[in-house]
Amino acid sequence: MKNKQDEILREVTQSDYKYGFYTDIETDTIPKGLNEDVIRLISAKKEEPEWLLEYRLKAFAQWQKMSMPKWAHLKIPEINYQDIIYYAAPKQKVSLESLDDVDPELRETFDKLGISLDEQKRLSGVAVDAVMDSISVKTTFSETLAERGIIFCSFSEAVQNHPDLVRKYMGSVVPYTDNYFAALNSAVFSDGSFCYIPKGVRCPMELSTYFRINAANTGQFERTLLVADDESYVSYLEGCTAPMRDENQLHAAIVEIVAMEKAEVKYSTVQNWYPGNKEGKGGIFNFVTKRGICKGDNSKISWTQVETGSAVTWKYPSCILKGHNSIGEFYSVAVTNNMQQADTGTKMLHIGRNTRSTIISKGISAGKSQNSYRGLVKVLKNAENARNFSQCDSLLLGDKCGAHTFPYIETDNSSAIVEHEATTSKISEDQIFYCNQRGIDTEKAIGLIVNGYAKEVLNKLPMEFAVEAQKLLQISLEGSVG
Amino acid sequence: MLSIKELKVAIGGKEILEGINLEVKAGEVHAIMGPNGSGKSTLAAALAGRDIFEVTHGSVNYMGEDLLEMAPEERAKKGIFLGFQYPVEIPGVSMVNFMKTAVNEHRTYQGLDPLSAGDFLKYMREKKEMVDIDSKLTNRSVNEGFSGGEKKKNEIFQMALLEPKLAILDETDSGLDIDALKIVAKGVNTLKRKDNATIVITHYQRLLDYIVPDFVHVLYQGRIVKSSGRELALELEEKGYEWIKAEANGRG
Repeated sequence: MKNKQDEILREVTQSDYKYGFYTDIETDTIPKGLNEDVIRLISAKKEEPEWLLEYRLKAFAQWQKMSMPKWAHLKIPEINYQDIIYYAAPKQKVSLESLDDVDPELRETFDKLGISLDEQKRLSGVAVDAVMDSISVKTTFSETLAERGIIFCSFSEAVQNHPDLVRKYMGSVVPYTDNYFAALNSAVFSDGSFCYIPKGVRCPMELSTYFRINAANTGQFERTLLVADDESYVSYLEGCTAPMRDENQLHAAIVEIVAMEKAEVKYSTVQNWYPGNKEGKGGIFNFVTKRGICKGDNSKISWTQVETGSAVTWKYPSCILKGHNSIGEFYSVAVTNNMQQADTGTKMLHIGRNTRSTIISKGISAGKSQNSYRGLVKVLKNAENARNFSQCDSLLLGDKCGAHTFPYIETDNSSAIVEHEATTSKISEDQIFYCNQRGIDTEKAIGLIVNGYAKEVLNKLPMEFAVEAQKLLQISLEGSVG
Repeated sequence: MLSIKELKVAIGGKEILEGINLEVKAGEVHAIMGPNGSGKSTLAAALAGRDIFEVTHGSVNYMGEDLLEMAPEERAKKGIFLGFQYPVEIPGVSMVNFMKTAVNEHRTYQGLDPLSAGDFLKYMREKKEMVDIDSKLTNRSVNEGFSGGEKKKNEIFQMALLEPKLAILDETDSGLDIDALKIVAKGVNTLKRKDNATIVITHYQRLLDYIVPDFVHVLYQGRIVKSSGRELALELEEKGYEWIKAEANGRG
């Protein structure tokens, strides 16, 4: 069984698709541009039910009425939405491991990250949904999970096979009216992952989605919907990479989580989209809406993110703490180097009684990058005894980068206790020299110090990925001191 | 092992060392003494390769190679260890992780396989007993929240793990009570071998009651103004530095 799963993983992650997984959809790209016809075309390609097409069209109408949010501490060039391809399905040979075709620098990065055959083997205890451009390539372990009643499949499959669940929960946490990018995603989303954990089931393995932008001139608009029924537990991880290109590419995703009574969801992200080159050319624009609702009492949602990639990151994984005694957590490490910009943080909405939230944010800025934490803690009128603790630390490498903190606190209930701590520090020459003198070169010293700084957050990642995240931090900061 | 010739070192354009000559052979212990501001710590830092210290003149040969051409980490991996006067705190990085990284950098450089976590912990336990360091310290972040004495003991512990050929201890005795001083001295003495050498930099002769030097040098105004055997340290203890200063100034 295990061997078979290894084989599937290998095929998915490194084969040249010679087994013909995708012959039926090979070379499938639609023309550039965004209009109702394009949306109808995407919907038709996915053979979607009428209600979903209507949903898309309503979202599109909404999006046309909206404009790009300007409040973030980001400089974003004008995006021409008519110059983007909204649907591209992988062709043969467009795979993670046709490494010979990949730029050496990227290949080197892959080697360093260990996203290769050998490392993937190690992930055999993890179920993976691999998404390439607009479609889910393969979901592993679906059958094993199904034995326990767990549904883990691509979003498209879920629409076909579990339409009632999708219809019930899609848009219930992030409505298409929520924001500009949520509206865009709701209009053109192509695939993503769907997961349902039934009552009382503890998911026996890590679930994971690996997102890959591959085709040129395309945007990736996936959505993930995760529903944890009463007293269930799931740990979910997403990873992302994209090739190096001079043009910016757009990634606008939605993640929705619903946690019912006593359910616990742990959602981890290792985001490593192409960040652009040293001069800031190219890279992914990463505009993501992630939100979870602790719907039932005593439920818990925990976000952990390690953000190292993307030219621009705009992302605020949030928790709506509706159930009484529910818990929301946000643990984040955001690294920016060279010309990268990140505006990331969270929102904690305390609605139920005795709700608790914890925010630990560690920003690391190097090069000429700008790194902002933006967070809202809101305690509503009926949220008796709500508690929040926030800690926002910034670490600066060099003197040309920026770190900013924008905490917002709104409380309408006098019993609330909200704490906020913030620090800013630099890696000192003394620290580097101390490491050098012990035989550790400067790059490794920075890796060591940064990982020490981020340890509190990295420790929250599933074990299998913590090591990779550590390596990733080190690689992201290579060349940042010199 | 180490041959320093006419070494001049400046910081921010100001010359601190004005022509140092020193020969250190394997198996020897050298003490460098001198009043405050004489350039003792500058010599230590320059030998370790701290880049804010600019070598303006002279040469340093270490085991047949030009030391001044090497990066600090290369010097370290070739066996030079600096015991810091002010050990640096690195929050979040555990001593175990820090020293495992350091030891494995050394091993890789020597063409040996890195130690696994298990093997390293075993190795660390051996060395811990040797230098009498508290287990609690090794579980904490590097020097974070350590007392002055703990920091100095921790330097000796790191020295034990890295087994240097040339150890330069920069005022390791400063700020130590007598018990801590004995522990530090014991560590240095235990680690002493025929094929390694130690340079002990100190302001006071006190440490030299426990670490017996073969040679004592007095550094004053950027030069070694007097070199002799152990008796020089005792003379300094008795008479202070004034007579050395007078002698040096009179001569100059």
